[in-house]
Order: sequence, then C-alpha cells, then structure tokens
Amino acid sequence: MQEKKKFKMPSKSRVAFNILNYGIFGLFTFLCIYPLWYIFIYSISEPSRSAVETVILWPLGFSLSNLKQVLQLKGFFTSVMVSVARTVLGTCATVFSCTLLGYVFTKHHFPARNFLYRMLIVTMYIGGGMIPTYLVYRSYGFVNNFLVYIVPSMISAYYVILIKTYIESIPPSLEESAILDGAGYMTVLVRIIMPMSKPIIATIGVYAAVGQWNAWFDNHIYNFTNKKLEVLQYKLYKFLQEAQQLVDLMQESSQEINVENMLTPFAVRMTVTFLTVMPILFVYPFLQRYIVKGIMIGAVKG
Amino acid sequence: MNKSHKTKWKKGEWKLFGMVLPFMILLFLLAYVPLFGWIISLYDFRPGIPLFENEFIGFKYFKTILTDKNVLRSLGNTMIFSGIDLALKPLPMIFAVCLNEITSTRFRKLVQTSTTLPHFISWIIVYAFAFGLLSTDGVMNSVLLDLGITEKPILPLQNENIVYPFQIFLSKWKELGWGAIVYIAAIAGIDQQEYEAACLDGANRFQRAIYITIPNLMPTFVTLLILGVASIINTGYEQYFIFKNSFVYDKIEVLDLYIYQMGLQLGDYSYATTVGILKSFVSIILLVAANTVAKKVRGESIM
Repeated sequence: MQEKKKFKMPSKSRVAFNILNYGIFGLFTFLCIYPLWYIFIYSISEPSRSAVETVILWPLGFSLSNLKQVLQLKGFFTSVMVSVARTVLGTCATVFSCTLLGYVFTKHHFPARNFLYRMLIVTMYIGGGMIPTYLVYRSYGFVNNFLVYIVPSMISAYYVILIKTYIESIPPSLEESAILDGAGYMTVLVRIIMPMSKPIIATIGVYAAVGQWNAWFDNHIYNFTNKKLEVLQYKLYKFLQEAQQLVDLMQESSQEINVENMLTPFAVRMTVTFLTVMPILFVYPFLQRYIVKGIMIGAVKG
Repeated sequence: MNKSHKTKWKKGEWKLFGMVLPFMILLFLLAYVPLFGWIISLYDFRPGIPLFENEFIGFKYFKTILTDKNVLRSLGNTMIFSGIDLALKPLPMIFAVCLNEITSTRFRKLVQTSTTLPHFISWIIVYAFAFGLLSTDGVMNSVLLDLGITEKPILPLQNENIVYPFQIFLSKWKELGWGAIVYIAAIAGIDQQEYEAACLDGANRFQRAIYITIPNLMPTFVTLLILGVASIINTGYEQYFIFKNSFVYDKIEVLDLYIYQMGLQLGDYSYATTVGILKSFVSIILLVAANTVAKKVRGESIM
C-alpha cells in the first residue's frame, strides 16, 4: 500500500523477483488446480475417444456416459449412502457432544471441572495406539458395525477447546437471567448458548463433516469384510488397487451397454475420484469463510 | 441477591455433572481403556485365549525391539521423513511473506484459494490424482510418449530412488498453502505504523520484509517448530499406507506403518503394541522437552 504514495521506477532486482515470484506461485497454483480439472474433463469426455486419445486440457467431446455407468456399478450407490449417512450422523453427534462439553467446561465453579477438563485435554497427547485401540474396540463390538464411524470421533478435545473459548466470550448475564428464571442448563444450552454460538458451531460442523467424508481407515480396519458398510473413499481405494476386480465388476454391471462406450478401468478410476471429491468442492467456499476464524481461535489456546 | 445466586449454582452442580457424565464415561471407554491394553506387551498374546492364560514374557520384547532390523529401518525412515520435514518448516512462512509481496489482490486470492484446497482432500484422492497424472496410462506419460521424449513410461510411484523427495513433495503440495494461513493472518496483524516508519527511513520492500515482517512472524515460527520437534516420531500412516507398493516398501515403511503391518496384517499384537508403547514414550519425552524449551524461549508453555 505504501509504495503507491511515492512512485519510483522498480529496480532491476525487484523486477526479477516479481517475475520469479509470480512464476512460482502461478506454477504451484496450477499444480493444485490441474489434477481436479483433469479428473473433471476426463469424466465428461466421450469414453470411445478418451480410450484412444490423450485428455490434456479440454474434454474430448462431451458425454455423461462415464458418470452414468459408474453410478450403475454394483455397490457404488450403497457406498455413497454409507458415506452420506456417516457424514450427517457423525457430524451431528460430534457437534452436539463437543458443544455440550464446551459449555459445561465454561463453568469454572463446577467442582469436578478441572479434573474432567484435564482428563479430556490429556487425550490430545496420549493414546493407546493403534493395536490396543483396535483390540479394545473389537471387544466393544465395533467390528462389522456402522457405529465405529460415529462413536469414536464424537469427542474431540480440540473442538471442545474451540467451543469453550467461544462460549466464554458470550456475556454471562444472558445465561444467568435465564437460570434465575428457572431454566435448566440443558434449556439454556439449546435455547441460548447454541443459537449464540452459531459461527463456531458452523466451523466445527464443516470441519467434522469434511473429516467424516474423507475418513476411510476405520473402514479398512474394522469393516473391511462387510461390503455393505464400505464408504466411498475406501471403494475408490479398492478400485485404484485392484485392477482385475474392477474389470470383473464392470463386466458384471454393464451388460447392455455397447462395446464402443465401454469404460476403461482408468476411466472408472478418474470418474469415481471426481464424484468422491465433488462434495468437498461444494462446501469449500463455506469452509474458507471459517478457516481463518477457526485458526485464530485455535491459536488462543484454552 | 448474591446469596440466592450461589445456592442456585450449588444445586446446579449436580445437574452439570449429570450432563457431562455420559460423555466422560464415553471418553474413558474410548481413550483411556486402550491404555490398559498396553499390558498385552508383557504377554505373548494370542487372540482367542484369555489374556492372563497367555505366556508371560515380561519385558522381553522391549529388549528385542532395540535390535530388530525391521524396526530400526522403519525408525530410520521415520527420522528421514521427519528430518526433511523439519528442515522445510520455514517454507510456509516464506510462502506467506512472498505472497504478501504480490500486489494483485485477485491473483493473491486465487493462489490462496487453490493452494489451501488440497488440505481438505483425503490421501486416497491425492493418490488417485497421482495415479491419473503419473501412472502408465496417466497424462504425463501419454504426453511424453506421444512427443517421443521417452520410450519407456516414467513411473515416480514405483521408483524407489525418489521415495523421500516424492513423498515430501506430495505432503508439501497438500499442506503448504494451509500451513501458510496462520502466517498470512499474522502478517495482517502487524502494526502498519512499523512499515510507515521504515518507509520514511527509506527502506525498500525487501528490507521491510526482512527487518519487519519476518521478525514479527518469528514467535509463531518458533512455536510451530518446537511443536514439530515434539511430533517427529508420529508421522501418521495414511500417506505411507496409500502410497506403499512392493517397489518402494523398504523406504516408505515408517514406524506407524510398521505397527499396522505387524499388528493387524501379521497378527503379532504384542510385538506391535510394544513398538507403539516405545513410540509413545519417546513422543511424550519429546513433548515435555519441547514444552520446557518453549517456556524458556517464549516465557509461556505451549500445552
């Protein structure tokens, strides 16, 4: 801003730096956008053309055949539903439990508060590790169970800190008057605190939703034997890993489609990738709005 | 007024306790009970047999591990990945400072928007992108072969000689833009008067960046660096799990992946747990050390 006041000829080194700077940032930006663009144009290209020509910068023709055929793949729709279900239910559960805990931990005079709060914070630094956790969760019956997608991620110390910090900034007088009027804590939480904490709840909701949508390792560890509980990310992983299985599945699923428009395994992989990443692109503008806010609150540790 | 207020809270304390209790029990079951599972490292645990009927081996595995070639190799890989990562810790700060030098607001927004996006996609998607661009059928090899630049496809995903730089490149591709946000926010918070004063003294843009912007970012950088040291042993497993294949396995196997492989693939729960416990101890020691250093450097703890 300041250099607008006094206009000088930029020095040679300055010009060189600017060119380099724009160049490097331009390249990096391209590297971030191009893969997305590529899977998009591949998905909407005509299968008969993309099988023989190279898709580079522009779709080869236009066809929804790839998308249609992928949607008809056996088991694809189920995995979409599992992913949607875990995202919706998991996000609601996480937001509710973390908001409740965050609210209670703002009550500094609550005698057990310090002990319980510390108990929560410690979980950020110490955990049982992969194997003991697996064995214990297995004994809870989490194997082959949809609940393993929801329950273990319900309580996050980090989210509780974010919410607690936010609620502490709400004037306490509002809440106190409601309590004097005889409202219970639960009523205060749902009627007063939650509506007033919308920005932070939205932030955490979006974070949690993205986390749920992207999660797959729990599927791999606990539910890998049950195809009905397969999430979309894991389905994609399998498509990427197991070429032969994919070919079999494609033949099984698309008997009526003529050979010319038959998908190649590569096309299936690109199209499924596109469909898997699309929801993230949809919520991204929303995410961005809350990113800095979330980070700044997070920087002020509770 | 004050008195009645107090009695109200007293009554409420039990209600508050009742509210959190179910969630604290859940937390205990999910996060604390697995800690008791550490006991299996003292037994030759075989699934199906009740724990205490397994052979008691005491600390035998703790000794074996320190000479186990595979563990040491994984530890070596972990240290290489973390070491390079630590060396590259200034990158997000440099990114933010250089981005700040770009005068076109539109271009700056475009860069920020597109470079932050990869943080929000899963490693599976990253792998799918790498597959789409770099595999035999991928766009890079199609172009190179069409133009006749190479005769054989170039396959970075299967090249064991470039495992470290390639994986570091991928993790930077994914996280650099995101890591820069905290610095970008910090730059926005720098007092403009400092810049104005420097302008009056005749400092050019470069000097302003070196003598004002960077010193202002140093506290954030030091904190993040110390936190980074604390987590050098915890590389996570997702990236390495996804990108592993038989060509690169020896170099990509980090400790977290080793534990997964040993425990869940080969079923040697006790041995894998022992490695995990040792890893936890190292990371707690590092964390406490980092916290002590942070207290000395910044005058406040990071935990």
